[in-house]
Amino acid sequence: MNAPRPDNPAPDRTAPTRRRFLKEMAGAAGGACLVSMGVGLVATEASARPATALRPPGALAEPDFLAACVRCGLCVRDCPYDTLKLSKLGDNVATGTPYFDARAIPCEMCEDIPCVVACPTGALDHELTDIGEARMGLAVLIDQETCLNFLGLRCDVCYRVCPAIDKAITLELMHNPRSDRHAMLLPTVHSDACTGCGKCEHACVLPEAAIKVLPHKLAQGQAADHYRKGWEEKARAGGSLIGDQTQLPMRGLEDRQYGDTRVAPDYTPAAPGGLNSGWKP
Amino acid sequence: MTTTTGTETPIPSRRPAIERPGHEAVEVKGWLRAHKWLLLRRLSQFGILGLFLAGPWLGIWIVKGNLSSSLTLDLLPLTDPFLFLQSIAAGTPPYKEAALGAAIVLAFYLLVGGRVFCSWVCPMNIVTDAAAWLRRRLGLKGGKVPSATTRYWLLAFSLVMAALTGSLAWEWVNPVSMLHRGLIFGFGLSWGIVLGVFLYDLLIASRGWCGHLCPMGAFYGLLGKPSLLRVSATKRSACNDCMDCFAVCPEPQVIRPALKAAGQAHPVILDKDCTNCGRCIDVCSKDVFRLTTRIDRSES
Repeated sequence: MNAPRPDNPAPDRTAPTRRRFLKEMAGAAGGACLVSMGVGLVATEASARPATALRPPGALAEPDFLAACVRCGLCVRDCPYDTLKLSKLGDNVATGTPYFDARAIPCEMCEDIPCVVACPTGALDHELTDIGEARMGLAVLIDQETCLNFLGLRCDVCYRVCPAIDKAITLELMHNPRSDRHAMLLPTVHSDACTGCGKCEHACVLPEAAIKVLPHKLAQGQAADHYRKGWEEKARAGGSLIGDQTQLPMRGLEDRQYGDTRVAPDYTPAAPGGLNSGWKP
Repeated sequence: MTTTTGTETPIPSRRPAIERPGHEAVEVKGWLRAHKWLLLRRLSQFGILGLFLAGPWLGIWIVKGNLSSSLTLDLLPLTDPFLFLQSIAAGTPPYKEAALGAAIVLAFYLLVGGRVFCSWVCPMNIVTDAAAWLRRRLGLKGGKVPSATTRYWLLAFSLVMAALTGSLAWEWVNPVSMLHRGLIFGFGLSWGIVLGVFLYDLLIASRGWCGHLCPMGAFYGLLGKPSLLRVSATKRSACNDCMDCFAVCPEPQVIRPALKAAGQAHPVILDKDCTNCGRCIDVCSKDVFRLTTRIDRSES
């Protein structure tokens, strides 16, 4: 295309040609480098994912997932419940990657896990064959002020819909200090069984769910490696690890077993008030 | 690139020819024969798109997925080798299904020409062809065209970026995969990027995207360098210098060596940038070009 002008014979044309060539190359390389750096920045900046966007079952850890997923949508196609969506530009999830919003459509936890089977790149780990082992996120009862069970009611919906009922969510019986004579059954999530399917969040009867599925990074703390629980260590060792402790006498409790400070059932405190709050139905 | 069109002396009678290249071929060969390859190409492009859309639109699941990776008839896996390469650069160990799919695609384009993807499959081609057509019809000249080597640099840097960021960095902005995915899975805001490419090609750079910037095209170009299927200017002696082939060719620099024996003796277009679109065959009233193999170096 860049044919030399015929009216300019220029006996030695190599030098200017080479100069122009180098200039053009430098321009192209520089431009391409700038564009790529911009793209790289955008990619890094935008790799933060909103907490409500959950990855399909078996998804690799987010950085590995973003490296492996080719954005083909085969998992989305094989999802029988239209749970999975491919993100569009503007969804704030890496463009073209699959995700689901538990509040909209939760994961139904198919036993054959078709989305994982469909993945051609291993971005969804094919080692996952038991959907109960999936960890899409972790349910967190995030707002105890609005949760109906925390208000003393028996809503229990999140507990009832949980596919791993009594394992991933249990109801823990607690004394209701407000009424003083009722129980509260508090939905409690257990990370060892919760798959993050999101059925609890989907089913929460409140206008804004009090229980939400969050990525593990947000939902979970991590104990330091060197922490030990004394009672576990004691049980494992079959006795105290620091030898027998000196037992000092306690005044007034000399007739009790060492460490037993429980108040007797028939004990009534001398001062008025006490345990009776005076509540009337 | 711009200087060439600028230095041409504007002969008034030539203008319609440049704006409507191929009108002579239509007169000589008839409209249908003068658009044969174009029609076949559009058929291929829309046909492939139709196969992908038949599932979500009509519930007929022949092909699932998109051009990045797909499954045909629950049997044939196909994966874009450029994406596969990016994901390896990003640090993913190659997975067998994706590798098999990429190998099939690779073998196919090695045979028929890498940039056959660009002209016969890629949906962006319809957008940029439309921009080029409109640019010709409106007689828009000038603009700022980046060097055609920019795409190879972009290709290299897109892989470097994948390695540095550990993610498919280019796929955050890749208009090609975005357009195809958008058509099948919904656009979101990515139609804006497609519109950007159209306007860029129309107003700023003639054939700017496909011919100068797209790293995907660059990849397929490099891939198809040794490919078998080629266009040849077999009857170049009949050439009447009407320039119609240059006007329609998305990579006009590939024609000269073959047609004018510049730097090579044989008439086969061996440049990696040639997309085998066959438009030069269509618009030539003298039937200079034909589709053949790289081995066939005959002239008539």
